[in-house]
Amino acid sequence: MAPARKVEVQEQILSANDRLAEAIRQQFTKHKVFAVNMMASPGGGKTSLILRTVEALKDEFRLAAVDGDVVPVDVEKIAATGIPVTLINTGGSCHLDANMMTGALQEADLSSIDLLIVENVGNLICPAGFDLGTDAKVVIASVPEGDDKPYKYPAMYRGADVLVLNKIDYLAVEEFDTAYFRRGVEALNDGVVFFPVSCRTGEGLEGWYDWLRQQIRKKKER
Amino acid sequence: MHELGITDQLLTLTLRHAEEAGAKRVTRLNLVIGEFSSVVDESIKFYWDMLAKDTIAAEAKLCFERVPGLLECGNCRHRYTLAELEVVCPVCGMAQSRVVDGDQFRLASIEIE
Repeated sequence: MAPARKVEVQEQILSANDRLAEAIRQQFTKHKVFAVNMMASPGGGKTSLILRTVEALKDEFRLAAVDGDVVPVDVEKIAATGIPVTLINTGGSCHLDANMMTGALQEADLSSIDLLIVENVGNLICPAGFDLGTDAKVVIASVPEGDDKPYKYPAMYRGADVLVLNKIDYLAVEEFDTAYFRRGVEALNDGVVFFPVSCRTGEGLEGWYDWLRQQIRKKKER
Repeated sequence: MHELGITDQLLTLTLRHAEEAGAKRVTRLNLVIGEFSSVVDESIKFYWDMLAKDTIAAEAKLCFERVPGLLECGNCRHRYTLAELEVVCPVCGMAQSRVVDGDQFRLASIEIE
C-alpha cells in the first residue's frame, strides 16, 4: 500500500462561488447596474417591498428582477408591474448561488438595466453564505418575527448592508423592542443603513426609495 | 440544507487536490469551521456519504476543527466571544464591533494514500 501523506490545501470551501460572484460583480460594474440581494424569512415581506419599490421607481429608472423560487407565484406578481423578471427555479434548494445567477444573467440585457432586484429564497440561514455579486445585501426583518432574530441568526444579519424592518404597523400590538433589535444588528454591522417601514401603509418607504435613487446615481457616475 | 451545495464544492476541491497529488485514495479531510459560518458538520457528513460514494474519497474521515466567533469592539478594541444573546462590548458597552474570527469554513488539508 502506498504510504499515507498529507497535502496542504488551505482553501475556503465557497471559493468557487466567490469566484463566480466576482465575475458577476465585474459585469455589473461594466454595465453600471446597481444590484441588490433581498433576503428574508418566508412571509417577511420581500415580494411586497419589491412591488412597492418597482411602482415607486419604474418611471425614473430601468428596472429588472431575478426571482429565486420553486413556483412562479411571486414572478407573476412582479411581471404584472411590466418590468422584465427572470425566474430561477431553485428546485427546492434553500438559497440562490452565484452559479444560478450566472445562468439567469445570460438572458438579461444588462446594458438596459439601472437597478436589478434579486429576490432570494425565503430563508434566514442559507442565503447569507452565498455572495451573488450584488452591490448590497438587504435583509428584511418584520416585527411579528420578534426582536431577538439578530441574536439567533448572526450570520444572516452580519452581512447586511441595509436592514429593512417591515410591518411596523404591528408595533402597536406586538411586544417588540426596536432599540434591542437594532443594537443586535448594528453591533455586527458597522454602518448598516436602517429603514423601519410598513409595506401595507407605506410608512417609512420614502427613505428606502431615496437611498436606492442615490445608490443608482452613484453607480452611474463611477 | 445549504450543506448540499457546500458539500458538493468541498468534494470538487478535495478531488482536484487529490488528483494533482496523484492519490489513489483520500483517507481524511481536515476542515476548519467557524462559529459564524452557519455550517452544520453533521449535515456535511450526511451529504458527503451520498456525494462521495463511487469516488476515491468515499472512505475519507471528515474531521472538524471548530473556531469560536471572536468580536473586536470598534470603540475600546476589547476582543470578546459572542456570549448568549448579547453583542455589545462587555467592557465599554458600545455596539459597534466587527468580527475578527469565526466566519471561516476552510479545507486545511487532506490525507491521501
